[in-house]
Amino acid sequence: MTDQSYSAPADAVARRAAVRAGLKRRHLGERIFRVSGIVAIVLALGFVAMLFTDVLRKGIPAFTQANITLDVTFDPEVIKVDPAPVRTEGQSDAEYRAARLGWERQVAMLNWNRIIEASLRAAVPEGFEIDSRQILTIPETDARHRVREIFVNDPSVLGQTRTVTLLASANTDNWAKGNINRDLGDAQQQLSAPARTLIDAFEQEGIITQGFAWSLFTNVDSRSSPAAAGLLGALMGSLWMMLIVVVLAVPIGVGSAIYLEEFAPKSRFTDLIEVNINNLAAVPSIVFGLLGAAVFINWFHLPLSAPLAGGLVLTLMTLPTIIIATRAALRGVSPALRQGALGMGASRTQMVFHHVLPVTFPSILTATIIGVAQALGETAPLLLIGMNAFVAAVPATPVEQATALPVQIFLWQANENRNFFEARTSAAIMVLLAFMITLNAIAIFLRSRLEKRA
Amino acid sequence: MNTTIAAGLLLVLLGLAYHLGWSKSRALVTSDGQRVHSRPHYHGALVALWTLIPALLVLAIWAFFSPGVTHWFTVSQLPADVVASLDQLGLNAQLQRIRDIASGFGVTGEIQPFEQAAGNNLGRFQLLSFLIMIGAAAGLGILGLTFARKRISPRLRARNEVERAISLALIACSAVAILTTLGIVASLVTEAFRFFTFVSPADFFFGTVWAPKFSSTGAGDAGQYGLLPLLTGTLMISAIAMLVAVPIGLMTAIYLSQYAHRSVRAVVKPIVEILAGIPTIVYGFFALVTVGPFLRNLGDAIGLSISATSALTAGLVMGVMIIPFISSLSDDILNQVPRTLRDGAYGLGATQSETIRNVLLPAALPGIVGAFLLAVSRAIGETMIVVLAAGNAPILRGNPLEPVSTITVSIVNQLTGDTDFTGPQSLVAFALGLTLFVMTLCLNIVALYIVRRFREQYE
Repeated sequence: MTDQSYSAPADAVARRAAVRAGLKRRHLGERIFRVSGIVAIVLALGFVAMLFTDVLRKGIPAFTQANITLDVTFDPEVIKVDPAPVRTEGQSDAEYRAARLGWERQVAMLNWNRIIEASLRAAVPEGFEIDSRQILTIPETDARHRVREIFVNDPSVLGQTRTVTLLASANTDNWAKGNINRDLGDAQQQLSAPARTLIDAFEQEGIITQGFAWSLFTNVDSRSSPAAAGLLGALMGSLWMMLIVVVLAVPIGVGSAIYLEEFAPKSRFTDLIEVNINNLAAVPSIVFGLLGAAVFINWFHLPLSAPLAGGLVLTLMTLPTIIIATRAALRGVSPALRQGALGMGASRTQMVFHHVLPVTFPSILTATIIGVAQALGETAPLLLIGMNAFVAAVPATPVEQATALPVQIFLWQANENRNFFEARTSAAIMVLLAFMITLNAIAIFLRSRLEKRA
Repeated sequence: MNTTIAAGLLLVLLGLAYHLGWSKSRALVTSDGQRVHSRPHYHGALVALWTLIPALLVLAIWAFFSPGVTHWFTVSQLPADVVASLDQLGLNAQLQRIRDIASGFGVTGEIQPFEQAAGNNLGRFQLLSFLIMIGAAAGLGILGLTFARKRISPRLRARNEVERAISLALIACSAVAILTTLGIVASLVTEAFRFFTFVSPADFFFGTVWAPKFSSTGAGDAGQYGLLPLLTGTLMISAIAMLVAVPIGLMTAIYLSQYAHRSVRAVVKPIVEILAGIPTIVYGFFALVTVGPFLRNLGDAIGLSISATSALTAGLVMGVMIIPFISSLSDDILNQVPRTLRDGAYGLGATQSETIRNVLLPAALPGIVGAFLLAVSRAIGETMIVVLAAGNAPILRGNPLEPVSTITVSIVNQLTGDTDFTGPQSLVAFALGLTLFVMTLCLNIVALYIVRRFREQYE
């Protein structure tokens, strides 16, 4: 005892020194660990920031677009065409339509480019030389259709002059926005030298102006006129599919969750269903596309590229999400509520539908919206059921050909006119993300509102 | 038009049925003062069900058969010599003319007498068949209605019957999930077997060359369908993705759950989870136009040749996509480790990081492994990022800086826009899909089993 107590101070000093040295190392380790955690978070947040700034930086310019405001003269010298057919007594619908179509075909055969060229030339400064092929690269190729439509809708404009705003071509837009290097030689430029000079002159005179790109939302996709390519068809296609998903996935998903959670006897079979649903939630989306191609398209002969087939595939994909979330919500309902209902003489079905389900409503709503948002962004399965076809029409019914927002992004990113479509694609991404953010915001808002009330 | 009428009629009938059942039940209660087994609205619902189901059956049968029958009738109205003289296209055009005459829209050109007659007959036939259908649906519905209404008595267990119908409907809902799985397995397996009649399984699973020929080059030479180049590409990209996602995701989870202040956590966690909600096509575009060129320039700067589209590009971006997946799963799992374990370690004088590394992580390891496996299965099945950014070069090689291809990319390449599943060119997509499905299924089952065991351990 005494020996030890005498030698203790020396020992203790040594031990304390050792511990101190160790502590320093351990605290350093602590700091390194903590810093690496912060680094990880900074990296993760950095990725989010990078992704969004990149998309915004590229996409925002695409929301403005070069427009050309021209005085278009509907010259009777060029527009030599019979008067529009008038419906006569006793003419059947089909006959009138045939006559009308024949007239419209006649109108379409006219050389509308001459009208546009004439109105462009009227704006060209005195003495400036430019040939007609070059000058027509300035407006978008759909300009002649726009001008023709004005005439078709109102033939009385013949001989008059109207002020018309037309889209500038994609190359004009690139040049005006500086999306293409202005110092490149003629060989690498998309536009000829006179056209480029003229665009600059038009910009100074205010003939070419940058305006909001309404065409992005009011037009359908277009290959021949890139500047006129819009998202309307894709938006409607996506909306149809979302509608199908909501109408089918929500009742089926909630119904099956109720059965599994409230009614199903605990047996091997229900265990199997449970494992099955969990696995279904983790099956790659492209496998659902294969299922759609084999079953919906090949067996049931649903129309190819139609929102109906796409909506059904997305419904099957969304089901597990809704089932799992609804089950979790049902499980979270307090047993007191159930026992209270049963104790008052409610049947099991009454207990579930009158008491338990209303309480879980906010969670089910949130799960639905999140599932729908997921389905909205899904691309791969849609490619396999032919929704990547080029469709330049707005689907009026879910069995018509259509495309979807994410698939439109896929199609646009592959367009050869990189300079123009990189921005358009980013703009389409912004529209898609805006939709998803809105959906999620609605989910959060409704959830907090409903939970407060409950 | 016709569907609107039918639907409207059905709704009116339903409302009527419900009301009749309800009022009769109501009358029972008030007149006799008896104790009635079920409440009036259950009687109403029961009568409505008895009306709805027969009527719906008739409508379904009509919807299924009417196009065929109408077609047959129209053809039968045409003179035999006209039908014989037309080919398929001509016949369809002729039928369309008749339909236009029948609908009153009219046609251009001269109307042949037989066309006019056929059109008139078709119009009458359509009207008649529609009336018969509506009549049958309404008649059967009313029959069901009267029968069910007759049954209403104080002792009728209407509630039990309605609840039985509800529970049958719920079972049908649950069956959809099972049917989906069965549908996936059946379609993948049957089409994959058809593929294996063209290409032997050994050539598929162990082949080292992926060179499918287009079907237009002739049936004799179908090309080579070796899985290995695609499999290595898939695994390489997944490995790179996990190398990015696991350290960042795990450290994020650890920091947020153990160190961060509650307010920091409340802000950072949702922002990181935004990454999970971004559609994969957006990641793919980001990889293609931003990350790829950046990596190529970086490679040029340090003297490495990195392709803009490569396994590295796709893997990096896929890793970013998976970060929230790893971090939120690990976060859950770390929170499930009992506090006592942590407090014990603190009590022994361990620092926070020592506690995490030596106590928390080993305890949470099975759960984290499960999360890891789930993340791998997601990486393997990911499509759009690799379609855009992996370069689509199905060549067996080990350099991650060069373009590769994956199973999912090849499925998209082989199947888009192609629906006649006759040649190996499109059928191979199902063999690839089956491979993918089996791989992810195994990973998921193992992962879910591990995670479940882990949860039970600490419950």
